[in-house]
Amino acid sequence: MIPFTIRFEPRERLSRWINIWVPVAAIVLALVIAGAVLAVSGHNPFTTYQQIIQAAFTQPGAFTQTLVSTTPLLFTGLAAAVAFRMRIWNIGAEGQLYLGSIAAAGVGLYLQSLPAPIVVLAMMVSGAIAGSLWAAIPGTLRAYFNTNEILTSLFLNYVADYLMYYLIFDSTSFWRDLTSPAARVFPQGKTLAASGNWPALTIFTIAVPLGLIVAVGVSGLLWGMIRGTRYGFEMRVMGDAPRAASHAGMNIRRKIISIMFVSGAVAGLGGASQVGDFRHVLDPRGLEQAQFGYTGIVVAALARYNPISAILAALGIGVLTNAGLALQGPNFPIGLTGTMEGILLFCVLGSEIFARYHVRVHRTRKPLAAHRAGQVRPAAPAAAPVEMALTGGGEQAS
Amino acid sequence: MSGINANIGISIVVSAILYGTPLLFAGLGELFAERSGILNLGVEGMMLMGAVCAFWTSQKMDGPSWLVLIVAVLVGALAGAVMSLIHAFLSITLRANQIVSGLTLTIFAGIIGLSSYLGVVGNLGAQAGRHQFSDINVFGLKDAPVVGPILFHESPLVYLSWLFVILSLLYLYRTRPGLHLRAVGESPQAADAMGVNVIRYRYLHTLLGGALAGVGGAMFTLQIATNWINGLTAGAGWIAIALVIFAFWRPDLLLVGAYLFGAFLGLGYDLQARGITSIPTEFWSALPFLMTIVALVAASTGSVRRRLGAPAALGLPYAREEG
Repeated sequence: MIPFTIRFEPRERLSRWINIWVPVAAIVLALVIAGAVLAVSGHNPFTTYQQIIQAAFTQPGAFTQTLVSTTPLLFTGLAAAVAFRMRIWNIGAEGQLYLGSIAAAGVGLYLQSLPAPIVVLAMMVSGAIAGSLWAAIPGTLRAYFNTNEILTSLFLNYVADYLMYYLIFDSTSFWRDLTSPAARVFPQGKTLAASGNWPALTIFTIAVPLGLIVAVGVSGLLWGMIRGTRYGFEMRVMGDAPRAASHAGMNIRRKIISIMFVSGAVAGLGGASQVGDFRHVLDPRGLEQAQFGYTGIVVAALARYNPISAILAALGIGVLTNAGLALQGPNFPIGLTGTMEGILLFCVLGSEIFARYHVRVHRTRKPLAAHRAGQVRPAAPAAAPVEMALTGGGEQAS
Repeated sequence: MSGINANIGISIVVSAILYGTPLLFAGLGELFAERSGILNLGVEGMMLMGAVCAFWTSQKMDGPSWLVLIVAVLVGALAGAVMSLIHAFLSITLRANQIVSGLTLTIFAGIIGLSSYLGVVGNLGAQAGRHQFSDINVFGLKDAPVVGPILFHESPLVYLSWLFVILSLLYLYRTRPGLHLRAVGESPQAADAMGVNVIRYRYLHTLLGGALAGVGGAMFTLQIATNWINGLTAGAGWIAIALVIFAFWRPDLLLVGAYLFGAFLGLGYDLQARGITSIPTEFWSALPFLMTIVALVAASTGSVRRRLGAPAALGLPYAREEG
């Protein structure tokens, strides 16, 4: 049918440049495709891109807003990255974040008369614990029954969502505001006292939320853990060569559960930050619409599961998410955010092969002399020249 | 008074079939993709695209209702297939990680993605549906006791799904392409050596999977909800993926599983409609997901899995040895 076949031949050596221009080309390609989608749906792509930049950086207060969007995505991105790095597919950051919010809001309300630093710390700890316990369920099922953790962690997202709705909309729980006039019209959570509001650090005119500082700290810790500890080493072995890990006598069960614990704790911290930094209330509807957990997967994959690169990836996706919020309305409905995130990640995922293989186009049914030199198409792997080990499944087959 | 209990029993079965049919369509689609070795986690996104595109068609197209509905379902199938083509290209040709690619598809097409965008662009959220499938009274047997409402008074889509299950069984176990498909999923190297075009089989069955997921999504907007609500499949795509696992990749067991979980999905609505609200709504909504987890654990315990496992090459890209 098709007069030529495309073949991928492994590159003999990986040049440094290919790891830079392939991701850049992927991002450019994504901008072009997304621009085409915008144009087809009746928007001028250049105007839209300009609006995104304005809403993210140049307007007064814009960068503060961008950081508001970045903070939860860094938490959920790190949660996904640390698990995915080990090929534990924790898709449950969404639910783990909800549980973190529930716990932190509960603790923040319960301890509200205590001094602020104690309340803030207690919210962080309780959020992390709640998230990690929720994540331990799919972790344990995977470790002991070999149950697919993708599906179990995902189904628990729905369960956590309904739990949040129950607490605020369908019960007289501790979290629900039953007294204020507004709450009689529409159910809502109790607002935290000032002691439960996390402080923000103001640098020039930019407010940096405490949660973001914590998240960046967690990035560093996770990076150090993966790179510099025995635990991290074993984790990498298990991610890259599971068979070698079991031959070496590593306790795989314990490792799976502990990785889920860490992953869930980070997502739960993100939930605590939602309550402490921004919402000051348990807000099921807002959290559900934000889809932080799922977007965290995009962040992690763009960062190629590297905790430091995740900071940059979270900022990039934060810019897009912020555009969705700031430009809301007919010009930039929320659906465009996910569409553009998807296009970006598709391009980056699809491009990874071009960093590792030459593309050769062969004419079918012609002798080998008919080779044409492989044009390497634009498209490429994600930001930062990090571990090649865990990229596509390409290595598995060969 | 005894008639009421019988009626409740029948209505549970009827609603199990109604809510189970989208699961059955999407599950069959995923079954074909997985049998070819391609894990597509984008089912939820493909269903939502099928749902929104089918609804758009049914709202904007003029003509007799039966024609509009047929075209709408086909458009839904096409939308699902186009979505799956992205996943197929990335995971088959570009050998990207199938898990991440599928998840990306769900984000791209899903509740904050393209389907939501199309709903806004077409202003579909504010519209009541113009055309819906109605149940067919087959042979005039609708009022026959018990079997009448269950077997002879169903939506055309339900009959279509039964036809598909039968065709799938014949295809998988009684035809040469079906044998080849199973070989591609079990051992692509061996299938390739037999002269089977592995790449083509994987593309075709991933596309078929997307089309069937699109039909499943279309059933939401053309029959179950009869309007467009952002994210209206509410996890059905994910349940369909789980169903394939505990149906052990067999279409006949998939039908049983789909109706079982259709019953769980329908039960919440039915009890609310009957004013039984002593147990909170959220519990009924969460129940199908909790039950799915329980069923997954049961299906994944060692002894069962060894007997009837997944396609051996599921999730692994295939590249012929070069040189």
